[in-house]
Amino acid sequence: MTIGLGHYLAVGAILFTLGILGIFLNRKNIIVILMSVELILLAVNINLVSFSAFLNDIVGQVFALLVLTVAAAEAAIGLAILVVYFRNRGSIAVQDINMMKG
Amino acid sequence: MIFPALFFYLFSAVLVGSAVMVIASRNPVHSVLFLILAFVNASGLFILLGAEFLAMILVVVYVGAVAVLFLFVIMMLDVDFAELREGFLEYLPVGLLVGAIFLAELLLVAGGWVINPTVAKTITAPIPGNVSNTEAIGLVLYTTYIHYFQVAALVLLVAMIGAIVLTLRHKANVKRQNISVQNARTKAAAMAVRQVPSGQGLRESDAAEWVK
Repeated sequence: MTIGLGHYLAVGAILFTLGILGIFLNRKNIIVILMSVELILLAVNINLVSFSAFLNDIVGQVFALLVLTVAAAEAAIGLAILVVYFRNRGSIAVQDINMMKG
Repeated sequence: MIFPALFFYLFSAVLVGSAVMVIASRNPVHSVLFLILAFVNASGLFILLGAEFLAMILVVVYVGAVAVLFLFVIMMLDVDFAELREGFLEYLPVGLLVGAIFLAELLLVAGGWVINPTVAKTITAPIPGNVSNTEAIGLVLYTTYIHYFQVAALVLLVAMIGAIVLTLRHKANVKRQNISVQNARTKAAAMAVRQVPSGQGLRESDAAEWVK
């Protein structure tokens, strides 16, 4: 009944797969795609923290902190681009996003 | 003890369930709320692992900032989300195929994994037993990893400036205060005293000349 490293890694793997699946399923909704990217980064963080805890090394948690920073920056920039795109085109359909040249 | 195992299964079950609802929910507002639930449960997992500082940061940064940012953007953009959802079932088979392959590969790796015994000798910063988790992170983050910390701060700075530059716009028909022009106005430029001839009143030719 004891919970080992494998349990946490399995949760991380399932979460990562759900993030990938979310990108595939919501091909038109870029907001849900951004949320799926957040799920993927959360899975990476769970992996880092569980290795850090089970190998007794604090560096994994430091690295998880950096991943958290990058995730926050990515969400801010992504949503800013989304707002500008919506202002210009009046929709957030992903399939027209290649018209955004330059 | 049975309680850590119980809470592990509780947190991970709710985490996986809410992650499924994030990608399957019809309304993006519900997706964001389920994302918040997922993050709260992930922070519960972090507490079980002994990473209290990261758990609290996850709640503060994600639930407090990023998820609310998502909510603001969803409510600000007036988008027909039903239209965006069409094609969900169209992509379901290929998505499930890729997801199943991915999960199988990951679980194969997780099932066949073993930690190299020499890893125990290469640990760079062992978790100290006598200080709290926050203090332990601070002891290495501000000394050994200070450059990583500063680069993370720069990433946040660039993201902040980028988001402001992208979303800031000046509307042409909005009158703004121009302080330098205001301060440059003198008494001579701003007002003039005119003598109106008594008994004649204001003539239209004078008015046209005065009001320039």
